[in-house]
Amino acid sequence: MSRYRVSVHIVPRTGVLDPQGHAVADALHSLGFAQVRDVRVGRHVVVDADAETPEAAGSAVRAMCERLLANPVIEDFEIASIARP
Amino acid sequence: MRFGIVTFPGSNSDIDAYQTVVDGIGEDAVMLWHKGHDLAGADVLILPGGFAYGDYLRAGAIARFSPIMREVCAFADRGGRVLAICNGFQIACEAGLLPGALVRNSGLKFLGRPVRVRVESTDTAFTNAYAPGQVLRLPIAHGEGRFVADPHVIDALEAEGRVIMRYVDTAGEATPEGNPNGSMHNIAGIISAAGNVLGLMPHPERAADSLLGAPDGLPMFESLVARVAA
Repeated sequence: MSRYRVSVHIVPRTGVLDPQGHAVADALHSLGFAQVRDVRVGRHVVVDADAETPEAAGSAVRAMCERLLANPVIEDFEIASIARP
Repeated sequence: MRFGIVTFPGSNSDIDAYQTVVDGIGEDAVMLWHKGHDLAGADVLILPGGFAYGDYLRAGAIARFSPIMREVCAFADRGGRVLAICNGFQIACEAGLLPGALVRNSGLKFLGRPVRVRVESTDTAFTNAYAPGQVLRLPIAHGEGRFVADPHVIDALEAEGRVIMRYVDTAGEATPEGNPNGSMHNIAGIISAAGNVLGLMPHPERAADSLLGAPDGLPMFESLVARVAA
């Protein structure tokens, strides 16, 4: 068993209106970043857990996302990284 | 008739619900702590408003896994009546008792004010004491009250007549002006396919007293008594 730190990105699904992202995009525009087309604001979750292999850690965290960490009605998730802490 | 009101850590409208049941309609109410497994013989369950688990992660995301939710979901599966108010509606959606999800208000601000909602169907256990198309004045108090779902889910809700309450403007029309939070189709409340679980964002339990100048929520509780007694 080894210890892993798994990082997950959880973002609003495209197609779900993200007013927070829109507000941030407007703020960036007013700061002069005219090139910004869209912003989505989500959540970053770091899970520190034991697993036999990095793949096992990833697959366990994927199950955690499906069960609790992300709501598939409104959010997409992706495992951003699996590392040793 | 007994109402069972679930209390999660962070629920704050459980007492309002209790007072509305006991003082408003003169029925029996018991508080059900979220860690228990006993529904105390309740005929109707209420998932109340508030901030269960601080709305951590997502509103209702953690509360749906509270121990008592096993019994609440089994009760609903058997056709038991569940009134899911505000945070309760969020919990019900997370638990899969109702479709869709409640997300951040489109204006991004927490809204605590009266709104107008139109009763779209009185053929339910929760709305039979209203007149069809009646416009109610009920308070909302939410930061995550925008109802969203995939288009085919919204279409099915509409086609099946399961949108029970809709936000309306001063003319009684479901317009953007009448929509406080950007909910799809101005949806304020929906019912499960079996007609036994109602979720709504406005607070009928906070508008059940003519002394407060806000009586429009009381008939929702009267409806439940009427239907069970029948």
